[in-house]
Amino acid sequence: MKIGTPKEILDGEARVAMTPDSALQLQKLGYDCAIETGAGERAGFTDAAYEAAGVEIIKTPAALWKVSDVVAKVRPPTDVEAKRLTKGKLLISFFYPASNEDLMELCRSKSASVIAMDMVPRISRAQKMDALSSMANIAGYRAVIEAGSNFGRFFTGQVTAAGKVPPAKVLVVGAGVAGLAAIGTATSLGAMTYAFDVRPEVAEQVESMGAEFVYLDFEDAPSDGSESGGYAKPSSPEFREAQLAKFRELAPDMDIVITTALIPNREAPELWTEDMVKAMKPGSVIIDLAAERGGNCKLTVMDEKIVTDNGVTIVGYTDFPSRMATQSSTLYATNIRHMMTDLTPEKDGKVAHNMEDDVIRGATITHEGDVTWPPPPPKVAAIAAQPKREKAKELTPEEKRAAETATFQKQTKQQVTLLAVGAALLLGVGLVAPASFMQHFIVFVLAVFVGFQVIWGVAHSLHTPLMAITNAISSIIILGALMQIGSGSFLVILLAGLSVFMAGINIFGGFLVTRRMLAMFQKS
Amino acid sequence: MEFGFTTAAYVVAAVLFILALGGLSGQESAKRAVWYGIVGMGLAVFATIIGPGSGLWLVSVILIAMGGVIGVQLAQRVQMTQMPELVAAMHSLVGLAAVFVGYNAHIELARVLAMDPAARAMTEGFAALLAKKDTVEINILRVELFLGVFIGAVTFTGSVIAYGKLAGKVNTAAQKLPGGHMLNAGAALVSVLCLIWYFNTGGALPLFLMTLAALFIGYHLIMGIGGADMPVVVSMLNSYSGWAAAAIGFSLGNDLLIVVGALVGSSGAILSYIMCKAMNRSFVSVILGGFGGPQGAQAAVEGEQVAIEADGVASALNEADSVIIVPGYGMAVAQAQQAVSELTRKLRAAGKNVRFAIHPVAGRLPGHMNVLLAEAKVPYDIVMEMEEINDDFPDTDVVIVIGSNDIVNPAAQDDPNSPIAGMPVLEVWKAKQVFVSKRGQGTGYSGIENPLFFKDNTRMFYGDAKASLDALLPKID
Repeated sequence: MKIGTPKEILDGEARVAMTPDSALQLQKLGYDCAIETGAGERAGFTDAAYEAAGVEIIKTPAALWKVSDVVAKVRPPTDVEAKRLTKGKLLISFFYPASNEDLMELCRSKSASVIAMDMVPRISRAQKMDALSSMANIAGYRAVIEAGSNFGRFFTGQVTAAGKVPPAKVLVVGAGVAGLAAIGTATSLGAMTYAFDVRPEVAEQVESMGAEFVYLDFEDAPSDGSESGGYAKPSSPEFREAQLAKFRELAPDMDIVITTALIPNREAPELWTEDMVKAMKPGSVIIDLAAERGGNCKLTVMDEKIVTDNGVTIVGYTDFPSRMATQSSTLYATNIRHMMTDLTPEKDGKVAHNMEDDVIRGATITHEGDVTWPPPPPKVAAIAAQPKREKAKELTPEEKRAAETATFQKQTKQQVTLLAVGAALLLGVGLVAPASFMQHFIVFVLAVFVGFQVIWGVAHSLHTPLMAITNAISSIIILGALMQIGSGSFLVILLAGLSVFMAGINIFGGFLVTRRMLAMFQKS
Repeated sequence: MEFGFTTAAYVVAAVLFILALGGLSGQESAKRAVWYGIVGMGLAVFATIIGPGSGLWLVSVILIAMGGVIGVQLAQRVQMTQMPELVAAMHSLVGLAAVFVGYNAHIELARVLAMDPAARAMTEGFAALLAKKDTVEINILRVELFLGVFIGAVTFTGSVIAYGKLAGKVNTAAQKLPGGHMLNAGAALVSVLCLIWYFNTGGALPLFLMTLAALFIGYHLIMGIGGADMPVVVSMLNSYSGWAAAAIGFSLGNDLLIVVGALVGSSGAILSYIMCKAMNRSFVSVILGGFGGPQGAQAAVEGEQVAIEADGVASALNEADSVIIVPGYGMAVAQAQQAVSELTRKLRAAGKNVRFAIHPVAGRLPGHMNVLLAEAKVPYDIVMEMEEINDDFPDTDVVIVIGSNDIVNPAAQDDPNSPIAGMPVLEVWKAKQVFVSKRGQGTGYSGIENPLFFKDNTRMFYGDAKASLDALLPKID
């Protein structure tokens, strides 16, 4: 069978769905490859390069569509292109079936099969053909580069002979693939990067990329990204308010804001309001990666760069991947090639369209004269559901209070019992012992008590010094010897003298060793 | 000097001692705390020498100075790895001093009681104090000094044996004479009988007999405790030396002795308790030496220990982003802390996240590892406690276990028959890769087989810890 790639018709689209490299791989699967002349030119791949890779160059689009059994392209087909499909042909491209139902119907009427690259389910096995992710990765990277070219300062802070430069502060809203890529790029350029996402479980990913996660002070049922296949869900109005308040607080400090918040099959949520734009410093840059769906900022003009009255640049380009056509073509062509690998289990150059396969089923939108969209939910959950949180977290305030009261009562009971027993013992001693003894005894009990209180606070790491210092202090026994040394017989003096001597060793040795040890503890 | 001054000085000294102990809650305040302790001790000794009831102050000062010279020498010469021995040895001095002071009190008491009332009025110093006591007080005094001598004697022999075990001069395995606990119980019974005898007659013989019994108890008790429990033993002896001082304080009527003795006693007791909890062992079973050889049928360990050379360890370390080092007694024995520090410095310079995981009972003394690492200038803010770091092991690329065994033994969690079942351990086996630096294939100090060494992600890096690390260091870039 023959795989053909036409030149993209849409103006400004520089990507191409087949590269010389991917063509070589496809040929290993048993396919013949064809490409329309000049299709790869804007992505940096010449016809000569394709020819060298054994790809047939075809002069006109019509001829290409005619000879190809499988057509791989980037953008959804135009009506003209779709009409060129015939029964049995397979089209692989981005399609956005939710907003292109007429086009889908047209393809169905032609009895052609269509695989929409944007419908590849987000499961581990399908990651190699997840073109949305590979394009989002590029978009995130490019967004930072675009922001940098519109931003008049360094990203990194520098102290130079010509003055001090503060680091740029970058806020990334939405930590999906694009967001994470933007975070990584901005951080590696030296900016101070902050990131926000409605899914708190991505905080760890954000931090692993070197950014600071912006937490909201908001108590909400934690949203579990696993339920919606790793995508964000619409949030409650209260949550939205808390979120906007946080952004309002951050806006004056931020130099660059990159918004990437998209919810599948919905208009982009408005997260960066007009007043936030007004609050930003002149020269700041907003990159709205959601421009295609109306933008996270309402001032965004799709496919254009505007400058607001207060000097904030808002970039609403939607063709970030296309602006890095070589890179994005390479990745996209590889995604297509992986899709073909899955479609060709026998490596015999024949497409085996297995509708039992989760990935192929999910991405196929028309097949053998039927519309097969939307697909049934995949059998494998995209992301393992998070283990249920500990029960303690879900306690109502009343229950919590009850539990606290219970522990409090228990502690009180314990302490009162201890005190009562202790007091009874003391009283018992007091009944028989003379007053002179009781005086000392009180001192003793208090000292034990103080000792207990004090020692609990000693740091773990200081237990050895503690031992050394208590050892030194225990040579207080020297006082007893000193009191006795002056009175009585020779034997008493001898024993007392020996005690003084030994305690002397202990005092000096103990304190010195403690000091030696403590002097070694130092901060990094 | 007036009695009032001495008392005032004692109050100040007591407060300083409390501050000295309390100051150990943080590394920085601890440095100040030692000075509090030194000043407190100086004040107490000074006040006692010039205060009532003492004499021969010149002799005292000379003796203190002589002792001081020896103490300073000891403190400066001792290696940080020998700290446990030193502390144990010094405890024995306190115990012996307590015994002597107790005997003195007995001799003086006998002398004073033998005097007629007129002569009693003439007595001076300590004897005068005794002369004023009535019969009930004298009886109490006897009990107090008896207790003081008893605890002091137990502390003395116990510390000597602990020193011997820690210094490797006495077999570290748990050993008991035939008769076991019955011997201890018998000796304790003898002591109680002696107490009754002494209480009624005040003769020297029961006191002497009791001393012998107590010395035996101290010896036999500590002989019966295995080497792995030495941290608890040392802090327990510390506690005993405090209680001995307190008991002597009672018999001498000296409040400062009582206060400080009680402080030391309670601090040692708490320390022992904290450590027993860290090992999930009951205090009583440690003291009675219930821990020694293996008990019951432990799960047999299957598989084999896979050895690795320095090159392999180095390449894994060069690739790792996060490294956790788990030091144990083996590091102390091999004096490897400097090499560990150097390794840490190199890895950190390469931008890796290097941390230390310290088990509460690592080493032979509480906080032993912290002190050694501090000596080697490892910054203390990367040295973590078990609770702080245990959850981080699954995200860690490489764990290096240097000379520790039981504290990283997964059997504590998996095998209910293991002698250490239920003891909290560092979950190193959850890391991606574990290297164990160990002298050989033996089971080590406590004689418990360690399944960690047989795990798939564990590689054994045999050899003396210091030699192994020295071989490793040049290969790290």
